[in-house]
Amino acid sequence: MAEFVRLDSSTSRHTMDKSITLPPDEIFRNLENAKRFAIDIGGSLTKLAYYSTVQHKVAKVRSFDKATKEAASDKLYEISVQEEVTARLHFIKFENAYIETCLDFIKDHLVNTETKVIKATGGGAHKFKELIERKLGLKVDKEDEMTCLIKGCNFVLRNIPHEAFVYAKHADSEFRFQTTQPDIFPYLLVNIGSGVSIVKVESEDKFERIGGSSIGGGTFWGLGALLTKTKRFDELLQLASKGQHTSVDMLVKDIYGGSYGSLGLTGDLIASSFGKSATADKEFSKEDMAKSLLHMISNDIGQLACLYAKLHNLSRVYFGGFFIRGHPVTMHTITYSINFFTKGEVQALFLRHEGYLGAIGAFLKGAEEDNPNQYSWGENYAGSSGLMSVSPDMNPMQRARSGTFDMLEMDRLERQLVNLPLLQDPSSYIPDTMDLTEDALAREYWLYCFEEALDGVVKRAVASQPDMPEAAERAEKFRQKYRHKLQTLRHQPFAYGSLTVRSLLDTREHCLNEFNFPDPYSKIKQNENDIALKYYQKAVKSLEELSWEERQFALVRGVLAGNVFDWGAKAVSDVLESDPEFGFEQAKRQLEERPWLVDCYDQWLERLKGPPHKCALFFVDNSGVDIILGVIPFIRELLSRGTEVVLASNSGPALNDVTNGELQILTERIAAMDPVIQAGLREDRLTLVQSGSSSPCLDLSRLDKVLAMVVRERQTDLVIIEGMGRAIHTNYYAMLSCESLKMAVIKNSWLADRLGGKLFSVVFKYEVPAGKPSQGSAAGTPS
Amino acid sequence: MAFNGHQREDEGIDEDETPTKQPRSEKEMPGCFKTEPHNEASGSAGRSTSERRTSNSTMRHRADSVKKTRPPFPWFGMDIGGTLVKLVYFEPKDITAEEEQEEVENLKSIRRYLTSNTAYGKTGIRDVHLELQDLTLCGRTGNLHFIRFPTHDLPAFLQMGRNKHFSSLHTTLCATGGGAYKFESDFRTMADLQLHKLDELDCLIRGVLYIDSVMSSGPSECYYFENPTDPDHCVQKPYTLENPYPLLLVNIGSGVSILAVYSESNYKRVTGTSLGGGTFLGLCCLLTGCSTFEEALEMASQGESTRVDKLVRDIYGGDYESFGNMMSKDKRESVSKEDLARATLVTITNNIGSITRMCALNENIERVVFVGNFLRVNTLSMKLLAYAMDYWSKGQLKALFLRHEGYFGAVGALLELLHPS
Repeated sequence: MAEFVRLDSSTSRHTMDKSITLPPDEIFRNLENAKRFAIDIGGSLTKLAYYSTVQHKVAKVRSFDKATKEAASDKLYEISVQEEVTARLHFIKFENAYIETCLDFIKDHLVNTETKVIKATGGGAHKFKELIERKLGLKVDKEDEMTCLIKGCNFVLRNIPHEAFVYAKHADSEFRFQTTQPDIFPYLLVNIGSGVSIVKVESEDKFERIGGSSIGGGTFWGLGALLTKTKRFDELLQLASKGQHTSVDMLVKDIYGGSYGSLGLTGDLIASSFGKSATADKEFSKEDMAKSLLHMISNDIGQLACLYAKLHNLSRVYFGGFFIRGHPVTMHTITYSINFFTKGEVQALFLRHEGYLGAIGAFLKGAEEDNPNQYSWGENYAGSSGLMSVSPDMNPMQRARSGTFDMLEMDRLERQLVNLPLLQDPSSYIPDTMDLTEDALAREYWLYCFEEALDGVVKRAVASQPDMPEAAERAEKFRQKYRHKLQTLRHQPFAYGSLTVRSLLDTREHCLNEFNFPDPYSKIKQNENDIALKYYQKAVKSLEELSWEERQFALVRGVLAGNVFDWGAKAVSDVLESDPEFGFEQAKRQLEERPWLVDCYDQWLERLKGPPHKCALFFVDNSGVDIILGVIPFIRELLSRGTEVVLASNSGPALNDVTNGELQILTERIAAMDPVIQAGLREDRLTLVQSGSSSPCLDLSRLDKVLAMVVRERQTDLVIIEGMGRAIHTNYYAMLSCESLKMAVIKNSWLADRLGGKLFSVVFKYEVPAGKPSQGSAAGTPS
Repeated sequence: MAFNGHQREDEGIDEDETPTKQPRSEKEMPGCFKTEPHNEASGSAGRSTSERRTSNSTMRHRADSVKKTRPPFPWFGMDIGGTLVKLVYFEPKDITAEEEQEEVENLKSIRRYLTSNTAYGKTGIRDVHLELQDLTLCGRTGNLHFIRFPTHDLPAFLQMGRNKHFSSLHTTLCATGGGAYKFESDFRTMADLQLHKLDELDCLIRGVLYIDSVMSSGPSECYYFENPTDPDHCVQKPYTLENPYPLLLVNIGSGVSILAVYSESNYKRVTGTSLGGGTFLGLCCLLTGCSTFEEALEMASQGESTRVDKLVRDIYGGDYESFGNMMSKDKRESVSKEDLARATLVTITNNIGSITRMCALNENIERVVFVGNFLRVNTLSMKLLAYAMDYWSKGQLKALFLRHEGYFGAVGALLELLHPS
């Protein structure tokens, strides 16, 4: 919002090019189902928002009718691909020059006739009011800019992980993303448009403009134009980035000859902006003047922001407005200023989707009856352009002509997501173990890895839909899309927040869904589940024959061996594909012998000798052998000890991970042959919940609300996390407020190397939070 | 004739004429200085210093100890800022015949030269209207003179001191401001003078408190604007700075320093800003081609008053953007130099007002004293500041001003000479 509208009339006219043709498939997607519109028109950019529905193919599993089961097939459940309608928010950002073309396009493609109004905000809204009403036949309903801005800001802070970042020009990674805070309030929003508005936000509906300044982006632009005869804002910034302010500014050392030691003011500090230009007989370069002006304005805004933050005792200060919008130059100078004035106590925070706040807010205003804030939303990586999709370093003229359309898509999630109540400190929880944005070597490896695996994924995607002739074509589109994402991430690893193995996996899932490959592994999973079930009773029987202590070890080895079965890991999928006989016993032999790479088994065993846990929450991993022969026997033992068990599985498919739908059927089948499981289900001591996620990794700060409720109700005192995706790529360092067990087999030699182990090294990490002594060997007698 | 190395003789002024008799006002001598005459305030880039610093100044010594510690004449205090050098000179008027006899020729000629002229060279000015007469200092009675010249003319000043063997007087030259450090070696090599360097903020506060205390008899040193939000009834009124603590002291020179003063010896630098008098003049020179502070102010004063009134009313409302209109090409072409000068002045002044107000809130201080040479002959800025303090605090904050605007650092340096801490 609030971009400057009093543009040079000449610049806005000459770029008005109505002959452009839009690539519609890629920009105004799902327009035919769009039902609510909002628009935010700033001084140079227009942001359009609409709500639409997306029809997806989703894989559903359904248990065969008991009566017809024998006859129908020897498979244990049925897979059907169904159409599902989900809600999605589309946001598109484009240069004002395209506004007419875009409106025409929308008009031609808009089918929904219920839509009567379009919410509008931004300084340019009234200027284009007539045009919008004429073109679209919608009534323009103007909304207050500040209200929209704050609403949008709250929305992105709450729903988009890694929305906020700290900018550090000279660091390995310029962008340091912040984890989502459990409570986003209170915060200060400093909007640097033409002037500066400083807004204190205390809750969803409570905010107040506590201050402002007339020295803002307009001052830089206007004064800069006067001083340098350069008209465009971007060009001024370019000039500034090449200048030397020291020839224009009077520094402390110009006055003192050095530093002003007793006050700790170093010689390089600016004592007086433009202090050296107070002379009639000297020429100054445009670059130097622009730089001096940039410093002057940035420092001034930073200082005011700090004074307000201090007065209101706020430590989170977000900066936005066209002065900031994606410009590394201004993000740097503002950051510098904040660091200087607060001595690092306050960090300047910026937002990835800052440019969309007004449009998001205006949209939310219009959608209040749908109560959008009761849902959780997720950024769709497949449909979103990512940060800096248009390089700000690009020549401003090129930029204006490139007509780049920036997009953001948010999916409405079926489940409301919350923190796991057992996180020790939700505000410092970081799911990901490795930040590939900062670790260039790791980034290189994983990007390569995902690129290498792409052929296989495409092949399996095609194979998963043998009845659909166009599957190959779609799969090819998927390949292009995902490869393009990988290439983008190679150059802009910060595009979607911190780059992590999880985000790479999630992006792949989003891209697969985009091209209607909802569950490429459905048949493989079905098959593996089938085979594994046949061995279940035998496996349980052989475990029961062991002594208590032998059994405990065998159970752990079972989970670990089961975890070797993983199509997500290249090392394993190769073996699985080439050697279908690769069995459970072989997997056990592959396992590293104790002592393992991380080996807390002795402590775990001691703990088992103590009193049973009240309730264990188990985040499961793969289908087939893993869940059926590894996990179920393990939790069967827990149930026998008197521990309640909550099995958490994915809500939607990801790789060969077992989904909640599949697990429902599997446990039913197992219950039919195992009285322990049956009793557990019947007595409600064994519960199945969905995690709310469709990722092979696990973010404990975004879990299904129901799961959190169950965890709380059952007084869960043990969390078990299994598998590489959930216990190593993520959560390896997660600190929980109760006992936790992280089990995984490292099925990637590079990662094994990193962790100091080798392929098939075992991580068995049992942790008891500080202050809660392990109850091991207390009084309990082994059962 | 001493000090004649750098000045033109100010013909037309009788050397014997008492300087207090109808002195030339500076307005009668336009162009006798070259660059903008406002104050330094060096370390204005504003890191706030949390620790309070204690100045060890003890202002009044017992009378009997005074004579023993009294330094020999001449008595100078100097403040060398980024833009201007401020010099205060104590002229003893109680010289006995015996003293007169003993007085060396050099000393005598310095006294005559300084007191009989009001302009020195092309750029030196004595602010006659600020002169303090019949002042008792260290047991001596005399007049305190206030002189300024641009810092870039310091070499000429030093050359003159060398030519006239100033060093033979064996006086201690107390100097503050950044230039005391920057030019220390120049003083030594060019004029054989050893500077006694003093902290500028210590000197500033000492000077403010001293001048205010000795001005109780004459015209009030401190004043404020009554009805600051009503342009038609806004008038200057004297103010008594008794019991002044805590106060916020805002020194607007080239840059700005903001100090919270809790007692004579207890203060801290809260913050500062680089947007100060130097910025006003620097930008005005670039935008209008002017070259002096007076020129710039003159242009600013010719801006349309209704427009400025509007600015004052709207500025904090957020609808107004400094120089925002200049994004438009048409408006850029139609704007006058006077308007630009005025916009610059208003922008800088209001920004200082805004930062000051926030500091006052953060420090919980209700009295603000503005000093520094940016305010010299700058009623427009003073009224803007008075307006801003009053309006945005709903009358809680009071903006105070001091007549000796930019000279307090130099006065503080002189006091250090007489009463070393």
